Amino acid sequence: MRGGAAPPAAPFHMRLIFLLCVLVASPAYALDREAVAKLAFGDNDQKIEAISALVAEGDPQALAVLARFAEGEVEVDGKKVEVVINNRLRGAAGDALAGLRLLAPERALRAAAAKELATGADASMLPLVKKALEKETDADIRPLLELVAASMQMKSGDKAQRLAAIGMLGESTSPNSKTLLAEAARDADEEIRAEAQKSLRAVEGRLAWGEHLGLLFAGVSLGSILLLAALGLAITYGLLGVINMAHGELIMIGAYTTYVVQVFFRHTGFFDWYLLAAVPASFVVAAAVGMILERVVIRWLYGRPLETLLATWGISLMLIQLVRTLFGAQNVQVENPAFMSGGIQVLSNVVLPWSRVMIIVFAGLVLSGMWLLLTRTRLGLFVRGVTQNRAMASCVGVPTARVDTWAFGLGSGIAGLAGCALSQLGNVGPDLGQGYIVDSFLVVVFGGVGQLAGTVYAALTLGFANKFLEAWSGAVLAKIALLVFIIVFIQRRPQGLFALKGRSAEA
Amino acid sequence: MKRRGVLKLLSMSAAIAAIGLGSSSLYAQAKTVKIGILHSLSGTMAISETVLKDTVLMAVEEINAKGGVMGMKLEPVVVDPASNWPLFAEKARQLITQDKVAVTFGCWTSVSRKSVLPVFEELNSLLFYPVQYEGEEISKNVFYTGAAPNQQAIPAVEYLMSKDGGSAKRWVLLGTDYVYPRTTNKILRAFLKSKGVTDADIMEEYTPFGHADYQTIIAKIKKFASEGKKTAVVSTINGDSNVPFYKELGNQGLKATDVPVVAFSVGEEELRGVDTKPLVGHLAAWNYFMSIKAPANDAFTKKWAAYAKAKNIAGHKDKPLTNDPMEATYIGIYMWKQAVEKAKSFDVAKVTAAMAGQTFTAPSGITSTMDAKNHHLHKAVFIGEVKADGQFNVVWKTKGPVKAQPWSPFIAGNDKKVDEPALMAAKK
Repeated sequence: MRGGAAPPAAPFHMRLIFLLCVLVASPAYALDREAVAKLAFGDNDQKIEAISALVAEGDPQALAVLARFAEGEVEVDGKKVEVVINNRLRGAAGDALAGLRLLAPERALRAAAAKELATGADASMLPLVKKALEKETDADIRPLLELVAASMQMKSGDKAQRLAAIGMLGESTSPNSKTLLAEAARDADEEIRAEAQKSLRAVEGRLAWGEHLGLLFAGVSLGSILLLAALGLAITYGLLGVINMAHGELIMIGAYTTYVVQVFFRHTGFFDWYLLAAVPASFVVAAAVGMILERVVIRWLYGRPLETLLATWGISLMLIQLVRTLFGAQNVQVENPAFMSGGIQVLSNVVLPWSRVMIIVFAGLVLSGMWLLLTRTRLGLFVRGVTQNRAMASCVGVPTARVDTWAFGLGSGIAGLAGCALSQLGNVGPDLGQGYIVDSFLVVVFGGVGQLAGTVYAALTLGFANKFLEAWSGAVLAKIALLVFIIVFIQRRPQGLFALKGRSAEA
Repeated sequence: MKRRGVLKLLSMSAAIAAIGLGSSSLYAQAKTVKIGILHSLSGTMAISETVLKDTVLMAVEEINAKGGVMGMKLEPVVVDPASNWPLFAEKARQLITQDKVAVTFGCWTSVSRKSVLPVFEELNSLLFYPVQYEGEEISKNVFYTGAAPNQQAIPAVEYLMSKDGGSAKRWVLLGTDYVYPRTTNKILRAFLKSKGVTDADIMEEYTPFGHADYQTIIAKIKKFASEGKKTAVVSTINGDSNVPFYKELGNQGLKATDVPVVAFSVGEEELRGVDTKPLVGHLAAWNYFMSIKAPANDAFTKKWAAYAKAKNIAGHKDKPLTNDPMEATYIGIYMWKQAVEKAKSFDVAKVTAAMAGQTFTAPSGITSTMDAKNHHLHKAVFIGEVKADGQFNVVWKTKGPVKAQPWSPFIAGNDKKVDEPALMAAKK
């Protein structure tokens, strides 16, 4: 037998006991028992048969048996038998469970079951679906069930029924309908073929909206990530003029801080809320590291970009090795809190993952927070003053050295926040920062050095451009095309999208 | 002038040090024999390779505790080629010419193996390569203990075509953009065509190394899958890109019962950082899984857990995980030991001759045999589905070990090549 490892053979005495049980059991349960035995000991084809048998019987007990079966366990006469569940069996059991749950009294269960079946189910469940349709009164579930019934009738032999089903599917927005209609559009019968093609066009038209929306969201999402990664750099590079090659490592430190906070929270009952603590923690830790760097190394190198570049690059290597020594070369596991897993289904073929939605919101919050800080606080005033004219600011009593430290700390802290956000999407490892340093510089340079608004526009533009190119030409070419575009752009317009105007521009 | 002086001084001291080292190793040779470990301990591949270095060290400790090889203790020399392909060649040369190692265990990516290959052939030294690869290579100086395409890729695709695998009719070939995925997909495309799959039903996509945003790729897969017939994805994505890929897959709700994804470079270690609950049912094809129930595997995993705890190996000390390349590394070092003992010599030619036909009870529970001629292992193929706890549930396996075909019959011109290094060398 090619498929599946052989199920564990039952000892002989167990089979004997089981046989006896079958003989003495009341006839009402006879089928049930036979099916359960097949679930436990049969080959995969027999297991599928047994599932259908259990469903056809409609025994409420079947629900419990199938639910446990899907977990890889069958109870035969009080004894647990482990079974190997593969995708085929899991799918069949899932559909069967959904079919049985269509008759459940709880509305939520029925809705979930109907949704499950709408993604494609075996036509043998049609009687069950019809039975459910007779009883169903809920306005949300009914159309779903009708769709399920229609897609099952697509395979029936009756032409009138099929035509009705094709019409029905033509009004839906489900990718599954598209698959079924595409198949019918190649049918031998001309009438069916014409109808199916008409319906198919209608469905495809509606699905196209979803695809565009998905692409748009992907662009915004990538843009928000680029923005988070580049915002800190916009301060340290854009405002202070420090070419900080260790920026990526500050992001990495933020991500590791999130990891450490998460480890602390794992032993408490509030695991889902660890992010609330991780956000300020990653800001504080990264800011502290940044301020120490500024005090110890960078402040001696102001005005010497080449040395700064080399020194910060060296620091970045040291930070990577430090983290590698402390936490190991392997990536660490940052688990998403429950509310960040999964996604929201906006259209039948578009799922917006919660983690990405949250990060877009988070990027917006960080951006507005930073804007308020720079425009509404004394520190912000000092930073802008020092940026525009250091000598003059110093003359009127601004402690420029201290402002530098604070501003560098702020930029580093925001990098830490970026790390916290990135830990929810991708890898947390010592090399995390390396992947973002180039992108961050691209965003800042493209947007115009010293311009926050420019950084925002640049991040979103690059996000969109990348995603649209990717959908059109593949990920590898998209990356190359984007780099070429930026090189050409910077040659044409070295000051970036938005240029500083006035005397400070020359400083 | 000053700089030159410093250089002179440096080179002189290096020479003295080398003499010192040389004499000490001469002296030591009476009791110990050196073996090289050539795995990246930093850079992008550190995530996968670090643990292989530890596996060799564990095996060495074990062998030494039992008296070593022919009464001689093994002395491991660890170097770090830092995921830098040219550096692999330099470090290999250093291991062979300076440290005079008897054998080297190392490399992960095919590009690093291609980089060291000329060095091992020129200096006539032995390399044990423990990772599944694309084939299309054979060398008298290399023993391949990982899988060739016919020991991993082809059986996995055959499984997905079978009734239990979901009878897939349409295929997405998704990979990282370098030699291994490109070659594997070339082989798979030819194989699929031989099974009657048309070009319209195959989609090939590549992403750069370290790609982190899989939104559009998943959207493309969804669209492709809705265009008719059952679709399956074959993933040769390598390295840590897998984490964002699987996270996106879970979040976007692409379930294994609808579109199964089978991966060739994803094992227990790569899934360490991923929430596997939404991924239940996605597949991987390997020659070993940690979850395999066999006495040899129980012993292996227990040993590893104890070793990781004793040596305080980050990550593994709390959650020890074993995987296929670790197993292949372990088999490799023990087979080398057996071959040396059979040849009663550390000489490369004699050990190579003695390697033919060596057997070892692998942790996978199979008795692995080194092919008499082609330097590849006979291995059993397992297909596992991801479980909620990040382990794999074996749903299919070959009846016994499969002989490796380094020259895939699905690449044109390969029928003229022989899978015997000596003959191949003569042809060159």
